[in-house]
Amino acid sequence: MSTADTVEGRDTVAGPGRSPAPRRRRRGGGQRQSGAGWLFVTPTLVVLGLFLVVPILMALWVSFTDWSGRGNPFSGGVGFVGADNYKALLAEPGLSRQDFMISLRNTFYYVLGVVPLQTLLALGLAIVVNQRFLKGRTFFRTAFYFPSVVSSVAISLVFLFLFTGTGAVNQFLGVFGISGPTWFSDPRGLIHLVGQGLGLWSIDSPPSALADTQVMSLSVWDWFSGPSVALSAIMLQVVWTTAGTFMLMFLAALQDLPTEVEEAALVDGANAWQRFRAVTLPHLRPTMLLVITLGVIGTWQVFDQMYVMTQGGPAKTTLTPAYLSYTAAFRQQQWGQGAAMAFLLFVLIFVLTSFQRFVLRDKDEAARKRAERAQKRAAKKAVTA
Amino acid sequence: MSDLTGTGTAVDPLTQTQAVKDMRRLDPSLRPAGDGGSLVHRSGRGKKLLVYLALVAFALVYIYPFVVQVSTSLKTNADAVAHPLAVVPDPFTTAAFQRLADTDFPLWFTNSVVVTVCVTIGRVFFNSLAGYALARLRFRGRDAVFTAILAVLAVPGIVLLIPKFLVLNYLGIYNTYPALFVPLLVDAAGVFIMKQFFESIPPSVEEAARIDGTGTFRTFWSIVLPMARPAVITLTILSFQGSWNELAHFIIATDDPRLFTLTRGVAQLTSGGLGSGNQYPISMAAALLMTIPTAVVFVVFQRYFTQGANAGAEKG
Repeated sequence: MSTADTVEGRDTVAGPGRSPAPRRRRRGGGQRQSGAGWLFVTPTLVVLGLFLVVPILMALWVSFTDWSGRGNPFSGGVGFVGADNYKALLAEPGLSRQDFMISLRNTFYYVLGVVPLQTLLALGLAIVVNQRFLKGRTFFRTAFYFPSVVSSVAISLVFLFLFTGTGAVNQFLGVFGISGPTWFSDPRGLIHLVGQGLGLWSIDSPPSALADTQVMSLSVWDWFSGPSVALSAIMLQVVWTTAGTFMLMFLAALQDLPTEVEEAALVDGANAWQRFRAVTLPHLRPTMLLVITLGVIGTWQVFDQMYVMTQGGPAKTTLTPAYLSYTAAFRQQQWGQGAAMAFLLFVLIFVLTSFQRFVLRDKDEAARKRAERAQKRAAKKAVTA
Repeated sequence: MSDLTGTGTAVDPLTQTQAVKDMRRLDPSLRPAGDGGSLVHRSGRGKKLLVYLALVAFALVYIYPFVVQVSTSLKTNADAVAHPLAVVPDPFTTAAFQRLADTDFPLWFTNSVVVTVCVTIGRVFFNSLAGYALARLRFRGRDAVFTAILAVLAVPGIVLLIPKFLVLNYLGIYNTYPALFVPLLVDAAGVFIMKQFFESIPPSVEEAARIDGTGTFRTFWSIVLPMARPAVITLTILSFQGSWNELAHFIIATDDPRLFTLTRGVAQLTSGGLGSGNQYPISMAAALLMTIPTAVVFVVFQRYFTQGANAGAEKG
């Protein structure tokens, strides 16, 4: 390094990455770099283009056809059906729309349960593991993170076993005199169960006002079922699996927090809860936003668990858009509808994350950026004037 | 926050804690007079006990499923069903592993190893190349390429299932070996991680090489890449983990049982592939065998896993 530094003294001053582009030393050097640059990114661009951009365009076309999986979907023999596939999913009463709506309902409850739970669990674990006095922090960190790196198939198998009717979980609950449900084969919704527990209604004969009113091919009663017991078991599994990854993110952020700030708050007489509310939490805000966004993106895509454990059952209560689009295309050969579902899911995830970024955006940051832009505009005006 | 990405030391929480500790030791004003512990973290015994209790309870919840996995794989099915919580198999048997050896499991394992090795080598090489070009080489359209790669990051992978099948089918490589790994050879996140890392290396070293007339690829290959060792290891691990655990892509890339990988094969095996009745010891044995390689890599390279998780965080 030292030889290089003497040759290129200025680089030791300039910050890494932000340093001014190294000046061209020779004629033709720039051209050579340009060629090499394109050569270096070509494999990446080819693979991403061929297996990402092109497929998306192909699927977009297929979503407007009635291709049945036979022959070439781009030949003349395939019927162009316009927006019919989308209509069947969104506008026309029928089984397709009903299934799609069921999958959206299931995933909505799934996301609503998993994202807050995994965020809180991750935050809690991070705070506890971050305690300075703790012995064996590495051990605990490792234990909590390990499930995140293990195959979802392997974990699904273990949970299938743990959550069987006479399995480990129910035997454990039995110690406390609780007789657990049959988990993965129990289609009853949690909200339905709670209502029944409170004596509001009976699941076997739901109130007709709710059961007879249909909204988008699904009765109001069905919309407000809550996640089924089977889906809840999957939710527990996913929270258990993913919390570790997010814990690491929180942990990294917590360790960025200067102790001095916390000590200053302590000197000011803030108690533990106040310190957490006023110092730690604001500091964790960007990480929190990231964890929630990644959580929402990840949970709407849930697929593996359904494929391995429940295949959408019992009573379609673990059907998700991703799994439904897979079965529509690969099992029922309705490729157009499968592709249309994939696109709707894509749009949904995009809209949700954009909305969420907007709601949770850092208001100070936004104001700062606006001010910066205004300043730039003013500067430009001054220059032109 | 951008300086945290994938760099050797900045990310590692352990190092940071150490730095904080050193700082406190050096500056006596930061050291509280009282019980020798830190001012903020001077905690009562009760609180400590509570934290430990919570931790142990959670650790049990996190470790017990893996204990069950190991012990059940060594049980008979009757024993597994009757005593799911018991840690010690009674009677002890390796029958599940023998049964598994008679299935296509060894074939799936081999396929998984081949695919994982191909994907990992491909990703490390191509992602580094692209990352280096985007970080260092000046060429027209570089910003556009980088923007495109960032855009790719935003595409949720699961919506690509049908699209990817269409293209594999169209190219005529559906149900072939290349279909299993070629689409996975590059990942946008990896390019991003490598780019960030290369930007943190001072350009002076390459400059010297360039003056000596070394070619661009030689400079990259024998000077810059060796300096990027931590990032390369992180990327290797992420690629290994990603391709070893991948399921969805292998579902849409083939329906030929000879091309099944572990995830696909085992998922199939347990949904009726074993004939009548639940065969918990066999499925636990299968789960265990597919977890072991991950566990070994995890234990050996734990530090890099941690970095990988946080490098992933940066891209969001």
